[in-house]
Formats: sequence, C-alpha cells, structure tokens
Amino acid sequence: MTDRSVATGDPTRRTALEMADALRAGETTARALAEAALEAVERENHGLNAWLAIDRSGALAAADAADRRLADARAAGHDAVAALHPLLGVPVGLKDLISVAGGQCTAGSRILEGYVAPFDAHIVERLRAVGAVIVGKTNMDEFAMGSSNEFSAYGPVSNPWDLDTVPGGSSGGSAVAVAAYHVPLALGTDTGGSIRQPAALTGVVGLKPTYGRVSRYGIVAFASSLDQIGPFARDCRDAAALLHAVAGRDERDSTSAPEPVPGALLELPASDDEAAAALRGVRLGLPREYFVAGMEPDVERRIREAVATLEAAGAIVEPVSLPHTDYGLATYYIVAPAEASANLARYDGIRFGPRRGPDDVLGEYLATRGEGFGAEVKRRIMLGTYALSAGYYDAYYLKAQKVRTLIKADFDTVFAAGFDAIVAPTSPTVAFRFGARLADPVAMYLSDACTLPVNMAGLPGLSIPCGLSEGMPVGLQLIGPAWSELRLLRLGRAFEAVTASAAWRGLEPAGLPAAADPAAPTPAQRATAAATLR
Amino acid sequence: MTSLSRADVEHVAHLARLGLSETELARLEGQLNHILDQYAILAELPTDDIPPTAQTIELETILRDDTVQASLPAEVVLGNAAETRDGFIVVPAILGG
Repeated sequence: MTDRSVATGDPTRRTALEMADALRAGETTARALAEAALEAVERENHGLNAWLAIDRSGALAAADAADRRLADARAAGHDAVAALHPLLGVPVGLKDLISVAGGQCTAGSRILEGYVAPFDAHIVERLRAVGAVIVGKTNMDEFAMGSSNEFSAYGPVSNPWDLDTVPGGSSGGSAVAVAAYHVPLALGTDTGGSIRQPAALTGVVGLKPTYGRVSRYGIVAFASSLDQIGPFARDCRDAAALLHAVAGRDERDSTSAPEPVPGALLELPASDDEAAAALRGVRLGLPREYFVAGMEPDVERRIREAVATLEAAGAIVEPVSLPHTDYGLATYYIVAPAEASANLARYDGIRFGPRRGPDDVLGEYLATRGEGFGAEVKRRIMLGTYALSAGYYDAYYLKAQKVRTLIKADFDTVFAAGFDAIVAPTSPTVAFRFGARLADPVAMYLSDACTLPVNMAGLPGLSIPCGLSEGMPVGLQLIGPAWSELRLLRLGRAFEAVTASAAWRGLEPAGLPAAADPAAPTPAQRATAAATLR
Repeated sequence: MTSLSRADVEHVAHLARLGLSETELARLEGQLNHILDQYAILAELPTDDIPPTAQTIELETILRDDTVQASLPAEVVLGNAAETRDGFIVVPAILGG
C-alpha cells in the first residue's frame, strides 16, 4: 500500500490507519485532519450534495480533545500510546438516520424536518469513546428506501466518477463522502444492499455485517429483521477498524448479539505478501444465479477476471448453486415494505416532526403523512399495508417468510459443504444516469438483486472494488457465514494485495475536479437536465 | 395472484393513514399492480411444509436486570412535539366536546 498523501501532499488522501500512524508519529494533528476534511466538504459539496449537515464546531472540539488524549498518552509512555484506538482523531461521516444528541436526524425525509435527536445512538457513543471525529451527516434515500439516492427529500447526490450518474443508495452520501476523499470512513445502513451497492458504484469498500453484530439503538428503523449498520472505507483494513469500534452487544437493542468482537480486526496485515497468503487453499463458491439477466457484459468480465486473479493467488473457486435466488426480489419486496409500514406508523406529527392539516385527528394524520412522505416511501407503505391486510397476509407475508427460509437454507447448504465464502458480483451494472430507473419501480428494485438475498439470510457481505468498466467502478462481493466478518475482510485485504499494482488502483474519480468548480451544476440541476432530455 | 382496483388502493391508503391526491392514487394503482405481478413467481414454489423465518440469528429473548435508570429529560423529548402545554403534548380532541 502506498501513502497517497506523500505523492499529493493532501492529508485527505490518507487512509484512516495512515492517519493513525501520522498522528502517533507527530507528523500531523487531529485538528489539521479535521480542518482538511471540513475544507474538502466545503469545496465539493456544492457539486456532490453528499452531506446534509456539517458540525464544524463539534468536529474541531472532538479533534482538539483527540490531540490532548494523544499528548497525554505520549507523556505516559509507549504502552499508553499503543492502547489508543486507531480511530482516535480520525474524521468520520454518519448517514443522516443515526442519532447524534442535539443534531438533526432527517432520515432524508421532510417528515423529520426540524427534529432534534435527544440522545446519541449506541454507535455514536462508541465512536466518541475511541475519540473519532464526527464531521457531519450524509445524504440518503428517504428512510433508506432506494438504490440511487434520488429519493432523498434533500436532493440527489452525484457520483464523483461521473457527476451525471447516481452513487447508488440508499447510503449514497456516505459512499461519496469516502470516494471523494472527504473522510476516510463513514457509517451507513444496509437493509437490502444499501451499503454494498453504493460502495460498488463509487469504488469503495462497504461491509454489511451479520444481523445482530452492531447495535441499532438510536438508528431510524426501516425493516427491523433486515437492517444492519456497517462501514464504508477506502480499504479493508480501515473498514475492519471501524467495525471493531462500533460492533458488540448493547442491551438497548435486544437483537444485538452477545458475540465476541475479534481483536484481530485491528491486525489485518499491512504487508501485501503476508495479506495475500490468506487466499492460499481457501474454498470459494461462485453462484451461477448471481450472473443475472440484465447484467452488463463488461461488469461480468471484471468479475470473472477478479475470480481468475483469486484463483491465480491460490484460491479454489468452484461453481455453486443458490437455487432460490430468483425468488429473492419478490420475497424482499414483501417482507421489507411490511416491516416498514409498521415502523413508519409512528410518523404522525404528534410527538415529533411538522404537524399539518385540519384540527381533527384523522385529517391531521392524513395530511401530515400524505405531505411529509415522498413517493417511494408512500409506495412501500402501501405495499406493506396491503401485504399485511386482512385476507392477504397468508398469500403475501406468510408466503414470503416461508420462501425466506428457503433462501437462507441455500446459503447454509453451501457453507455446510465446506466453502469458506461465496464470491459474486455486488451490482449487475455500473452506476446509471440520473432518472434512468425512476419511471419503473421494478427496474430500480433490480439494482439490489445480488445483495438482498444476503439480508434475507442475515449474513455478512463485503463489497470491494475490482476494477472499472468504461471508467466506472465495479464491485466484487464476498459473502460468508454468520459472524465471519474477519474472514471476509482478510480475503478482501488479500485481493487488495494481489491487485495492488493494477493500473485502475491508481486512478482517482474523474469528476472530482468538476465537483470543486463553484460554477458547475449541482446534482439537482443535473438530474433536472436529465429529466428534460428524456 | 390478485390485482388491486382503484377502490382497493383507496382502502389501503386509508388503512395506512396516507392522504393521497387523485394523481397519486391513479399512479399507485398502476405501479402497485405492476409490482404485485412480480410477486406471482412466489406462487410457483410449494411451501406447505416450510416453516416461516421471521429472524435469522438464533437468539433467545435476552432480558436485562430490572434496575432503575435515568430517563431522558422530559423537556428534551417534548421539545420535538409541535405543541405542548404543562409537560403534555397537545393533540386534537378525539371525543366530541
């Protein structure tokens, strides 16, 4: 791995662990890193719209506190410095559905406009405890429902590789914040692919951990049997460090599991030779059903090349079958909207959010919800309400839960046969242009065909960059058994090691210079122009 | 499977407490039926003997000790409501006065 900041002189090019090393070596300060992050956001958010809120004073105060901790630890000696978490003093972005006490938490929706979070989410407490610097809140599809970030009530987000394309979603802002070098790390949530798909489309690492790995206390809920929090990073070592900081049991989320968090997440090898050894003799299954209809041929080529690279490095790759994959989409689009329709019943204008309409209870509910929710959220509430309504429950919701059993059993069978992990595409296509899938909800839903079965089964899934297709990033997905995040990250790190000298690794997103041009169009203007052309 | 009529769409919107415009209702009728068509694939699968899956990790109900803990300050929580009075949230009357 090479330190890009050495070549460019720009501290934002450092990975989180490079920042940690530089902080410990006294080459930089947390304040300098925070200021560089804030400056990058200020320069480029006009052109990207990745951020919905910036907490300048909070970030600088946290950075100064981190510098004091570092100085105290240095004074106390080597052991005290070694005991510091690598994220001390490192800037982090948070998807705007994560509660930070005293700050906004819109979930990308008008219905939470003006809401002030009364408490910190569990993961925010954990980040504060290790001394990470929270820079601000990132843009997202409303209530995390979407695969393009075009369903944000606060405007679309541009993909830094081509500003006329989407970054994926729903955690589009978090993905872009990392891809555009604003911050080395960000947190998102993944219900059907909302971390992995935008990570793939923007050329960064994204991990959806095992269901129950990270406490969701303080996170706006979408579909509670599927939602999971996870990291965005520019490499697997950074992603592992962020997972290490936020994972673990929390009694305020009864679904968070008492599963030990491996300390080895902080010890992924820095040396490429050592890292590559993880591939020798590893058994990987390649599911034929994941090469879905509608997959772009060039994306398939990049995936097959990546598989060949894994084999050349000593992995044993064999075809496997996950026969119920084709039923995943329909199953997901019953289960997730059903759970969402229940979770979103709380947004009625009574306890929080703007209240609208006449002064009678029913009229107020109808107006508050009818005007406060956007089109996609209404669509999913309608679907979910219908699937749960009298007379249709057995045909839809119960049926979907039974098929979910079959989807999960597909994965169990592969892992029981001795496979260490499954290797697959993350997304069937590269980033698409604004508006391309807005007219047809089903076309948009197909974006997540390769990711949502993993949520249905509760498994961890990692997306890592594996090359470019006509200048746009392609993501490779690694799926493992429950609680195998460390294994997936070691394999991802090994892939980084064996492709370290690939030409595409040296490329920065082509749209970044234009994003910094104050005269250039905003993502909203680009989306409007695309709609006019259509 | 079944298809949704305009009246069904209005009924579901009422159940969900969503006030929708004529345009939205018309658009949703088409879109929801298009999505329901995709669900038809599930009917192909025999599932009579398959148990449903509601959650994926085998966790038993975990209870915490029943100890007294601090709650959030009432004024902070009430601060998000549109209208409050004397520590209560003001809502429209639900019974005739």
